[in-house]
Amino acid sequence: MKRFADMYWRLDSTTKTNEKVAAMCDYFTQAPPHDAAWAISILSGRKIRQLVPSRLLRQWAAEEAGIPDWLFEESYSSVGDLAETISLVVPPGESVSDTSLVGWIENKLLPLRPLTPEQQHDAVVEIWQQTDPAMRFVVMKLITGGLRVGVSKALVTRALAQASGISSETIAHRLMGDWEPNAEFFHRVVDPNEGDTQISRPYPFCLAHPIEQATSPDRDGGAKQAAEIAAVLGETTDFAAEWKWDGIRGQIIRREGETFLWSRGEDLMENRWPEIEDAASLLPNGTVIDGEILACAIDQDGNTAEVLPFSQLQRRIGRKRVGKKLLKEVPVVFHAFDLMEVSGNDIRQQPFRERRRQLQQVLNPIRHPNLCVTELIDGNDWLQWATVRETSRERHSEGLMLKRWDSVYDVGRVRGTWWKWKVQPYTIDAVLIYAQRGHGKRASLYTDYTFALWDEGNLVPVAKAYSGLDDAEIRKVDRFVRQNTSESFGPVRSVTPELVFEIAFEGISQSTRHKSGVATRFPRILRWRHDKRAEDANQLSDLKALLPDG
Amino acid sequence: MSIIQHSNLLQNTERGLYCPAGDFYVDPKRPVKRAVITHAHSDHARWGCEHYLSSTAGEHLVRMRLSPDAEFDFLRYGETITHHGVKVTLFPAGHILGSAQVRLEHNGRVAVVAGDYKLGPDSTCASWEPVPCDLFVTESTFALPVYRWRDQTEIFAEVNAWWKASAEEDKCCLLYGYAVGKSQRLLAGLDASIGPIYTHGAVEKGVAAYRASGVELPETIYVGEVERKADFRGAMVVAVPSAHGTPWMRRFGKVSAAMASGWMMVRGTRRRRAADRGFVLSDHVDWATTLKAIELCDPEQVWVHHGYSAILARYLQSIGRDAVALDQAERRDENEDDEIDQAEANA
Ligand SMILES: [Zn+2]
Ligand SMILES: [Zn+2]
Repeated sequence: MKRFADMYWRLDSTTKTNEKVAAMCDYFTQAPPHDAAWAISILSGRKIRQLVPSRLLRQWAAEEAGIPDWLFEESYSSVGDLAETISLVVPPGESVSDTSLVGWIENKLLPLRPLTPEQQHDAVVEIWQQTDPAMRFVVMKLITGGLRVGVSKALVTRALAQASGISSETIAHRLMGDWEPNAEFFHRVVDPNEGDTQISRPYPFCLAHPIEQATSPDRDGGAKQAAEIAAVLGETTDFAAEWKWDGIRGQIIRREGETFLWSRGEDLMENRWPEIEDAASLLPNGTVIDGEILACAIDQDGNTAEVLPFSQLQRRIGRKRVGKKLLKEVPVVFHAFDLMEVSGNDIRQQPFRERRRQLQQVLNPIRHPNLCVTELIDGNDWLQWATVRETSRERHSEGLMLKRWDSVYDVGRVRGTWWKWKVQPYTIDAVLIYAQRGHGKRASLYTDYTFALWDEGNLVPVAKAYSGLDDAEIRKVDRFVRQNTSESFGPVRSVTPELVFEIAFEGISQSTRHKSGVATRFPRILRWRHDKRAEDANQLSDLKALLPDG
Repeated sequence: MSIIQHSNLLQNTERGLYCPAGDFYVDPKRPVKRAVITHAHSDHARWGCEHYLSSTAGEHLVRMRLSPDAEFDFLRYGETITHHGVKVTLFPAGHILGSAQVRLEHNGRVAVVAGDYKLGPDSTCASWEPVPCDLFVTESTFALPVYRWRDQTEIFAEVNAWWKASAEEDKCCLLYGYAVGKSQRLLAGLDASIGPIYTHGAVEKGVAAYRASGVELPETIYVGEVERKADFRGAMVVAVPSAHGTPWMRRFGKVSAAMASGWMMVRGTRRRRAADRGFVLSDHVDWATTLKAIELCDPEQVWVHHGYSAILARYLQSIGRDAVALDQAERRDENEDDEIDQAEANA
């Protein structure tokens, strides 16, 4: 465990990519395989569910530190992180002989969950007595289920490639799909010879790079945007344009008579999209398709019709089983846009033009309303595409995807192959009314904000946003929050409504769960409107006017 | 708001702590006629007063930071002068060179204003000692149970190990500490056998004042006096935090940067600093030593200011002490000393 904790702090103390990779690489080289497997699991963001309730941990920590509960809470509020507060407040223990990471997780930590609170208490206090603050922090993060290491999967992959001498493409593929963190898994990841035998294993997804556009307003015919993008990307003839859909990214695998449908978050989505699984069963064996799951209307002839707003798809997200009624009301369609495997051959290195041709070849004979090839958008110049892009919102699309005809299917987000060219977000001016402390680097600053709009003289919360301000602005807002708190409830501070911010968001839908009656999608802070006073902020009715019909 | 007052010995006013019987202030926040100052940090030793009284041990530092036009009196630790019938005595506070606790006695009542202070060893200044009193005024910069200092020898061993390891990689070490006090304490803890030690301009001025006061420090070279292309591999540069990320850093080539401060105890603060390392080394009392100091002085009443005042006062009340918080608003002290550094760096 000490080795793992040391690696954690090495990763935590540097922002340099090379040093992060080196820290992980050293770990993978030195740790026993079973430990290394658990490390991969933790580093790649797989969570261990909370093992002991936070409420009890706080109580016990206060007891062990010999301080009243309110003082523990004040400490927590200042530090901003429970595991860290416990690691600092409880007197340091005598570190006893160290156990492996596996030993800790499998013999000490995971067994905590089924214990009675009294047994948990004794076990946790014993752990505290055996850990110094640095190690205790990592252990408490595991117990509270919140260990975020802040390395991307690509970085873990790179470290493993460096440690094993195997290409990172192969490593990335081997890390996909379902696996248990055991020694055998680690051997498989770094095995120089192993062929791929697991039929359910998906390919790593290729991700698009955003086109950073100087914010010129839309609906001007798109001329400015067209000129801007031409300067970045060059000729239109090198690119295919598709709609950028706002659904769930998915990968259909059809192998040996079985179908697997994976999400980008690497969840195997079983029984959630029965109509798509039904369509996928018609695919020939040895086929892997990339696409987007969308709520779609189906016309009377059983053909795929227009895409429905994300709020419709939302009704089906999170349902493990879907009822007949919902199936009928919200049909979903898999819009296929790429082909990674055909006849059992990995064709990711072939150009997009060729993959797209074969995708059509595979799907053409299959007539099924819930599976279609996504359409390509006609156009000979950027202006034409820019003009079409302006209609994205009406089609419930987020903009355009631009893919180089000659590009391979890359692993992860590689600059230059796929681009997403989103429409400009909606914006409103809203008032800051609540603030909460951030996480990680910003745990001691107020960085999580709730914004409100006016509704008949009252401020109604409409959006929460975390990002968008620079460090200096965050400090200023932090100071404002501290000096203008009118009320605190738990970690949330209610502040004097004074500051106005321009908030951008990607979409809006009706919602019965929100007091305002509307839900905004991906809200973020665009800028601080120093020039506006609270009374100048937008009305809730202005926001509602943006609601799509129906 | 009712006035917080302890007999006619001490009163909390807008301008700072005021002694009505003696008609003078201790660490005033604004210019006043007569000021007794606990130490040379700029939030305690403010410009613009007509007359200052402080400790002899801190004379060089105080003169370095205040206008030469003012009048000064210096008093040895333990020596007493009487002003309008108030006996004034200074005792070491252990914070930085010359830092003093101010003991005031009038009509048989005793108040002690500790200023900034710490318990435990520091070879660059005299150690804090308990002064029995009726009223004890304590700071609370780190008065939260999360702050728990380790022995300074362990910290210095870590600093030197980091220097050694960086030197082996041909890196130059940049170690940040406040210009006056922390930097010199760091210097005193460095193992000069590892490599040459350089100083930033703001630090060097403090070093000169320390040396003039008779404090022994390892040999240092002022960065401003070496040629631009000097080889800094394996060297240690002690600098002020405000130098981090400025063009000044460039000349050192490959560097490893570390910050030494009590705030480094908390991960979020450490990460915001964007230094490679954070060493937890403070010149203030931590939670446990704050309580210990109060226990040792065993006053009738405690006044708390300068930090987590409300929290410490509430805790003291909960364990049966009479305690009053002088400032209510939560304060982020983190920048206070930076501002000093900034002023110094620009001077
Ligand atoms: Zn000070
Ligand atoms: Zn101070």
